[in-house]
Amino acid sequence: MASKMPRHDMPRQDALARGNNFQEVALGYPLEVAVQEANRCLQCKKPKCVAGCPVGVDIPKFIQKITEREFLEAAQIIKRKNLLPAICGRVCPQESQCEAQCILGVKGEPVAIGRLERFAADYEIAQGCCKPECQAPTGKKVAVIGAGPAGLTCAAELARSGHGVTIYEALHVAGGVLMYGIPEFRLPKAIVQKEINGLKDMGVEIKVNQVVGKVTSVQELLDSGYDAVFIGTGAGLPHFLNIPGENLCGVYSANEFLTRSNLMKAYDFPNHITPIKVGERVAVLGGGNVAMDAARTALRLGAKDVYIIYRRSKTELPARAEEVENAEEEGVKFHLLTFPVEILGNEKGNVKSMVCLRYELGEPDESGRCKPLAIKGSEFEISVDTVVVAVGQGPNPLVTMTTKGLALDKRGTILADKETMATSIPGVYAGGDIVTGAATVIQAMGAGKKAAASINKYLATK
Amino acid sequence: MYTVVKRRVLAEAIVLLEILAPDVANKAQAGQFVIVRQMHNSERIPLTIMDFDRQKGTVTIVLQAVGYSSKLLTEMEEGDNLLDFVGPLGQPTEIKNYGTVLCVGGGVGVAPIHPIARALRDAGNKVISILAAKNKDLIILEEEMKAVSDEIVITTDDGSYGLKGFATHGVQAVLDRGLEISAIWAIGPMIMMKSVADFTKPLGIKTLVSMNPIMVDGTGMCGACRVLVGQETKFACVHGPEFDGHLVDFDLAMKRSAYFRQEEAIALHEHKCQCQKEGK
Ligand SMILES: Cc1cc2nc3c(=O)[nH]c(=O)nc-3n(C[C@H](O)[C@H](O)[C@H](O)COP(=O)(O)OP(=O)(O)OC[C@H]3O[C@@H](n4cnc5c(N)ncnc54)[C@H](O)[C@@H]3O)c2cc1C
Ligand SMILES: Cc1cc2nc3c(=O)[nH]c(=O)nc-3n(C[C@H](O)[C@H](O)[C@H](O)COP(=O)(O)OP(=O)(O)OC[C@H]3O[C@@H](n4cnc5c(N)ncnc54)[C@H](O)[C@@H]3O)c2cc1C
Ligand code: SF4
Ligand code: SF4
Ligand code: FES
Repeated sequence: MASKMPRHDMPRQDALARGNNFQEVALGYPLEVAVQEANRCLQCKKPKCVAGCPVGVDIPKFIQKITEREFLEAAQIIKRKNLLPAICGRVCPQESQCEAQCILGVKGEPVAIGRLERFAADYEIAQGCCKPECQAPTGKKVAVIGAGPAGLTCAAELARSGHGVTIYEALHVAGGVLMYGIPEFRLPKAIVQKEINGLKDMGVEIKVNQVVGKVTSVQELLDSGYDAVFIGTGAGLPHFLNIPGENLCGVYSANEFLTRSNLMKAYDFPNHITPIKVGERVAVLGGGNVAMDAARTALRLGAKDVYIIYRRSKTELPARAEEVENAEEEGVKFHLLTFPVEILGNEKGNVKSMVCLRYELGEPDESGRCKPLAIKGSEFEISVDTVVVAVGQGPNPLVTMTTKGLALDKRGTILADKETMATSIPGVYAGGDIVTGAATVIQAMGAGKKAAASINKYLATK
Repeated sequence: MYTVVKRRVLAEAIVLLEILAPDVANKAQAGQFVIVRQMHNSERIPLTIMDFDRQKGTVTIVLQAVGYSSKLLTEMEEGDNLLDFVGPLGQPTEIKNYGTVLCVGGGVGVAPIHPIARALRDAGNKVISILAAKNKDLIILEEEMKAVSDEIVITTDDGSYGLKGFATHGVQAVLDRGLEISAIWAIGPMIMMKSVADFTKPLGIKTLVSMNPIMVDGTGMCGACRVLVGQETKFACVHGPEFDGHLVDFDLAMKRSAYFRQEEAIALHEHKCQCQKEGK
């Protein structure tokens, strides 16, 4: 029986070689392997996997098309629900979403849904993307603020329904975290831009360099003739720890470190002019995906020793298991149950070391994870030249501060209805990290889609 | 694309560029800045707005060539295009009638002082402007500053023009006349802003400075622009760039500004070699 077949590994760049380059680590399934993996799917009548996907991709159907070698068809089926499959196939935390629900996972290993999704999407890109069909123009106009996954998805759905859509993006390129945060070696920027070009083909206008809250405002957009506005500005405000020494030279937020490397391509310095300095010993504070990305980037930029410094133990690391494994394989070292209380500098103001405390685990806290307790008198010093702070991000207040009447919660995220994504202002919708706080690409896309459906209804009444 | 409609050399290595950017011009206010990127591989460079014309839809900036990126920008010709021009960013200067105020510009810092002086005068203040530079040739925008000030005072380090001495000597000279000064704006090199702030602190005169830390995005996303103000970390691009000069930790700010000096030298050197090879 097909299901007895073990799950197929995806070829990856050799761990040693890849530690020195920014090329993609995971290489994607070769065609025959994809077909074999697709054959493992049982084509369940009541597929559980679909319920695990935040946008409800028709998983058995697209997988069946792969078994039939109808690869373009497979891509089209995915795209009905998910317009950015080459991205999601790479960065979705499948092990906690679609694949977590796959029936084969009960006794053995789930179907590699994400890898198959990536395969179909890459196949389509290689063949030249087909343009999704749009309905006849409705004459209605919608402004979308932020070109991250939430904004892009909302824009695509609205364009499909025939509305005129303009995206206002603060940075000089569209893509949000996909461009500035997630490194090239996990998500090639050319792939992101190809998927975004698909939107432009659908007639979506993308205006870059437009910081809403500064050059224009939500109210001005509504006044200037847009019938509705979607806010998808993400959670781009870096948190710091507020410990002494945090403003020394050589202390970066993960956002700064990754933006220099990804968006500004500092890894290609001096061909690209933006510099980045890594030094020999780099400490990354935090244990999430962002921390893993920063650590793996530091290694590739030439650091000799890279440490993940995390307060809890390995089981509590919030990063995806796969990313932790990749980081370990490449040589990132883990200092667990450890966290700094102070960063020390030299006479030039450059970081020279960190004073850390050791921790032990106590009772589980509200988050269900064991609470880390500092061990008194356990101070010790680690010598480092660079510190990357990756302890989370909050909502950027530029838009919310300048929008009168927009209801926020106490963290500063926008209050939006869970089903309709409507905010407290009629005609204004919001979704993605600006509503949920830092989450995932596919959740942001799901929110963008829901908002588009509500905006459609709203525009029909106008 | 954002077209250079006017270029004027103000002094050696200091150039004024007037740029077509109607959206930015429409919203620009005194004290704000823009971020520009010249080409696909360029850095994002923050520059203060020196002037804006809502009718023509232009924004004027004044640049000093200090490293590779700023040098390339000063070499732009009329008709050339900038790839990116983002703004207006940062908080505008708080403009109201304070009484008699001093606007102190050091070197290229005279450019950002210009719209502030104008707005303060329009709000009914008596504006005395101090222009400070190393020598006579480096005094810029004298006519423009005269037009927006009730009085101007010039100081040069070598005494080749106006009073001999630093910006603080100019401030001293004005105070010696017994005038009551309600507030001072001081913009220029970090060391000059620090000196003015140190000078006015014991006198208790409100002193605002415009911080120019290293920036990347200019929207509050990266934290590269952190400055310590009264023991609180602030992002200059969002909370500033103007801060109370008596609270700013200038020593830290100066160290942070120097962090990439080595890399900056490499960029300048590598690209010079490139140009020589290509016969430029
Ligand atoms: C380093 C890193 C790695 C990650 N890895 C993964 C992963 O592997 N898998 C996964 O599923 N998720 C991952 N995430 C999380 C995921 O990227 C986010 O949840 C997702 O991008 C949120 O999408 P969004 O559209 O809400 O916001 P964003 O992607 O943040 O996009 C918001 C956009 O709005 C723009 N904007 C902000 N303010 C303004 C303004 N005032 N005017 C105009 N535009 C504005 C921003 O410039 C940005 O382009 C990662 C995040 C980071 C930082
Ligand atoms: C809000 C703001 C407004 C600014 N307004 C203006 C302006 O109106 N006109 C203008 O000419 N410049 C202004 N600057 C400074 C300008 O952005 C820098 O001069 C420029 O980024 C230098 O780039 P570069 O690559 O040419 O030089 P680099 O190669 O980066 O640096 C060359 C030398 O300049 C020093 N340097 C680098 N950045 C700064 C900085 N931000 N401040 C002081 N010294 C620095 C370096 O230490 C080095 O010694 C402003 C900066 C900020 C943050
Ligand atoms: S979009 Fe993500 S969660 Fe949904 S099927 Fe694809 S990989 Fe799974
Ligand atoms: S649950 Fe697993 S086996 Fe069943 S249809 Fe989904 S992917 Fe195929
Ligand atoms: S420049 Fe990035 S936060 Fe200010």
